[in-house]
Amino acid sequence: MSLKPVVKIHLWSGLRAFTGGEDVVEVEAATIGELLNGLVARHPGLEDIVESGVSVAIDGKVIASGLSEAVAPENEIWLMQRLKGG
Amino acid sequence: MALDSLKTDGFKQIGTRPNRPDGLDKVTGRALYGADVTAPGMLWGVIVRSPHAHAKIVKIDTSKAEAMDGVKAVVTRADFSDAIQPAAGPRGEMWNVLENVMAGDKALYDGHAVAAVAATSQLAARDAAKAIVVEYEVLPHVTDVDKAMAADAPVIREGATEKSVPEGMHPNVVRYHESGHGDLEAGFAEADLVIEDTFKTEATHQGYIEPHACLGTLGGDGKGELWCCTQGHWNVQKVCAALLGLETSQLRVTASEIGGGFGGKTAVFIEPVALALSRKANKPVKIVMNRADVFRATGPTASTSMDIKIGMKKDGTITAASGLFRCQGGAFPGAPMEFTAMCAFAPYNLQAVKQTGFDVMTNRPKQAAYRAPGSPMAAFAVESVIDQLCNQLGLDPIDTRLKNASREGTQASFGPKWDRIGLVETLEAAKAHPHYSEPLKEGQGRGVSCGFWFNHGGETAVSLALSEDGTVQLAVGTPDIGGSRASMAMMAAEELGIPYENVRCTIADTATLGYNEISHGSRVTYASGLATIKAARDAVKKLCARAAAKWGIEEDAVKWEDGCAVPSGPNAGDHEPLPLAKITAKMGATGGPIVGHFEATPEGAGVSFATHIVDAEVDKETGKTTISRYTVVQDAGKAIHPTYVEGQFQGGAAQGIGWALNEEYIYGEDGRLQNAGFLDYRIPVASDLPMIDAVIVEVPNPGHPYGVRGVGETSICPPLAAIANAVSAAAGVRLKQLPMSPPRILAALGTHD
Amino acid sequence: MSKVHVTTHINGDEVDFLCDPRETVLDVLRDRLGMTGAKEGCGTGDCGACSVTVDGRLVCSCLMLGVEAAGKEITTVEGIATEAELHPLQQKFIEYAALQCGICTPGILVAAKNLLERNPDPTESEVRYWLAGNLCRCTGYDKIIRAVMDTAADMREAS
Repeated sequence: MSLKPVVKIHLWSGLRAFTGGEDVVEVEAATIGELLNGLVARHPGLEDIVESGVSVAIDGKVIASGLSEAVAPENEIWLMQRLKGG
Repeated sequence: MALDSLKTDGFKQIGTRPNRPDGLDKVTGRALYGADVTAPGMLWGVIVRSPHAHAKIVKIDTSKAEAMDGVKAVVTRADFSDAIQPAAGPRGEMWNVLENVMAGDKALYDGHAVAAVAATSQLAARDAAKAIVVEYEVLPHVTDVDKAMAADAPVIREGATEKSVPEGMHPNVVRYHESGHGDLEAGFAEADLVIEDTFKTEATHQGYIEPHACLGTLGGDGKGELWCCTQGHWNVQKVCAALLGLETSQLRVTASEIGGGFGGKTAVFIEPVALALSRKANKPVKIVMNRADVFRATGPTASTSMDIKIGMKKDGTITAASGLFRCQGGAFPGAPMEFTAMCAFAPYNLQAVKQTGFDVMTNRPKQAAYRAPGSPMAAFAVESVIDQLCNQLGLDPIDTRLKNASREGTQASFGPKWDRIGLVETLEAAKAHPHYSEPLKEGQGRGVSCGFWFNHGGETAVSLALSEDGTVQLAVGTPDIGGSRASMAMMAAEELGIPYENVRCTIADTATLGYNEISHGSRVTYASGLATIKAARDAVKKLCARAAAKWGIEEDAVKWEDGCAVPSGPNAGDHEPLPLAKITAKMGATGGPIVGHFEATPEGAGVSFATHIVDAEVDKETGKTTISRYTVVQDAGKAIHPTYVEGQFQGGAAQGIGWALNEEYIYGEDGRLQNAGFLDYRIPVASDLPMIDAVIVEVPNPGHPYGVRGVGETSICPPLAAIANAVSAAAGVRLKQLPMSPPRILAALGTHD
Repeated sequence: MSKVHVTTHINGDEVDFLCDPRETVLDVLRDRLGMTGAKEGCGTGDCGACSVTVDGRLVCSCLMLGVEAAGKEITTVEGIATEAELHPLQQKFIEYAALQCGICTPGILVAAKNLLERNPDPTESEVRYWLAGNLCRCTGYDKIIRAVMDTAADMREAS
């Protein structure tokens, strides 16, 4: 029995090719790290993309790299390409 | 990390304009930049570069050079680590860096490094470089982004394509991005007017006045020292260690004063070469690039080809928008097409939007970040179409943008809902600015554009050590590229309640602090600033503990006020305020040195918007454009040192003016760069520009204790489009290709007549 | 190649050096005399970062050979301030933040000082055209032009 809540993560549409067309995926997770692990477990085709670095937006706040940030079912969560700058 | 309660007023230091601590050194010529240091017994290194855009390296004969007087070492690819292997995607990035630093089997662009030599003087090294004989087998090349995607284009490298790229595309297309939401077809059907157009921008160079320079020494024991001009010396340390097979911690890197970077000094080019030569010669080696090599072999930004389609109702409501963005970033993956795509429609609240990006390889130098990499080109294309729609529907450009503007809670074009953002505030300030209502003179045109950029946090470590006399040594790890030492000292002084002059801020070397990410992503005032504030608060906590011990009360019964420890309330007892310097004077005997720290990756950089207004005049006989008035309005969140914020706004606008009007990489049929010098690659000079009005809007960023947003990059996002809109209005014909140089304007006028 | 012995004056002091006939004044200043205030931004006379004055005339030191310095009076950025104080231009550049990275600053100060010696009351256009040979990539020139104009006004008032 899992104690982790179920959260929804929205993917950018270019990733549908790896998820059988889904652009919203439900995963059991309490942190971004667990969320990304769950995402890859559900859709192994995303492993390279997640491994090579992604950012996550939680209710509009972009988390560039932190895996320990908390996520909850009431959050709006988006996977984003890894942010970098000049 | 819970967000702190935001402090946005009641400051003593923040918002003032003190002199910068490095000012005296810089006006007297004492400041030491990359090329300004020497070491005893030092050699000079010179790099041999490919004259071909694409060629197999058949043989490198170094025997003649090695026999010359004063020559101490020659290196080729064989002198770098063979443990780094190619791979598609970011896993292959270290190999890409190595391949760019020193070519392997093939030269991939005009200017690609193929060998290097170290000798006792720069002249001796130059002579020896000429004596190195490289035999090439010239291959077909391609330098244009659209041609590189065509079926008959030569393949730059097999195996570089990421899985995300749709089947059937040319192997030169190595990465792909697609995002958006809503029903495009329905959206366009709802529009009263749909405009679809194609835009192109050429590659431009960051154009820092200081060429890359370094002085490195590396012994047979694997221990090294490196001095170099860089935006990020921990990254230089990491890359050099990997390329030379060293243990990272055995190489200490010190960042020199940096003579401009703008993203171009986030990359590593010559440092591993100097260290490889040093290891072979067993002497320190200095390398200073010449200007032609800076243009040929260091990162310009991507060139682009973009298709935009936007639908609008008569009342100005945008009903749908789509964009296709093709970006070439040279002979390696990495053109910032995902940012071009994600920034393109970010200013607008859209029901239906789609953006698609392609990263394309060509035989050009490896692109490097340039101030908001990828975003300015997108704004050029999108904001040009918005301008056309406003013109044809008879709508005010600022009112139309306000009507469709992204706000807190609306859905961004790239997915999430916006946090607190300041786009509307910049538009309103632009509308209220006297510039916007000033009547235009005969022959002038006015252009407006918005721009957007993501800011960045990144790994950050700061140490704040108190001296016995109560002054402060603040060590930060982000090279100062725009006056940040002053801003850091101001934030530390604010928290500690002491004078600005009592804080000395230095950029620490890699041995002194934990890893600091590069000074990029407009992150320095945000992240190192947040780190400085937290380190100061850490020191304050320790100071209060010393006071509590002295007074014999609980630590939480002491608070910090105006540079003194004071009892937090009447119950804490009656104690005279204890100033910082009185605590530090006794610190050795009351528990030892007091140092505040911060080490973390702040996640709350937020984003930044700007709106620019430009007036331009076009000489229809010569095609020359004059910028007659320019106003920048940008959200800074909170301006720590307003003068330096204005400087970032003005500098970004000036670079944008150069990009819009003059600057471009010009390649010949032979694939060689035709204008590798400041005479032919013309950046704006003083007589080209007007004064640039800078208006600071402050919509606090909830992710920083004082509300700071990064300001370095967003200022280059609107200029290309704002100027194109002004020039198009003045010329009476739409300009769709950058730069809008006199020949291109004359051509456009000709087709219009 | 055999070296040439050259005697000259730099910032008022007699200096002598040996140099290769191919070396420029900039090479000599930086690599033989340790005067690294003048910067090499291009080596082709396009950026002005290496500006010095030779017998009162503004030149790009990267375009003049070291051997040509014989018998001349050369002034570099290191010679602008006195022992006692900064030149008013130097003070104003700090106060106005007329520099960001500072790499162009030595050349711009040498050029601006030379302008004010010739023309104590320049118009904005005159300042902009005089400094058109000194590239700055950071500032957009706004604060530089204001610093030069306001220094000129202060110096006129003081004289």
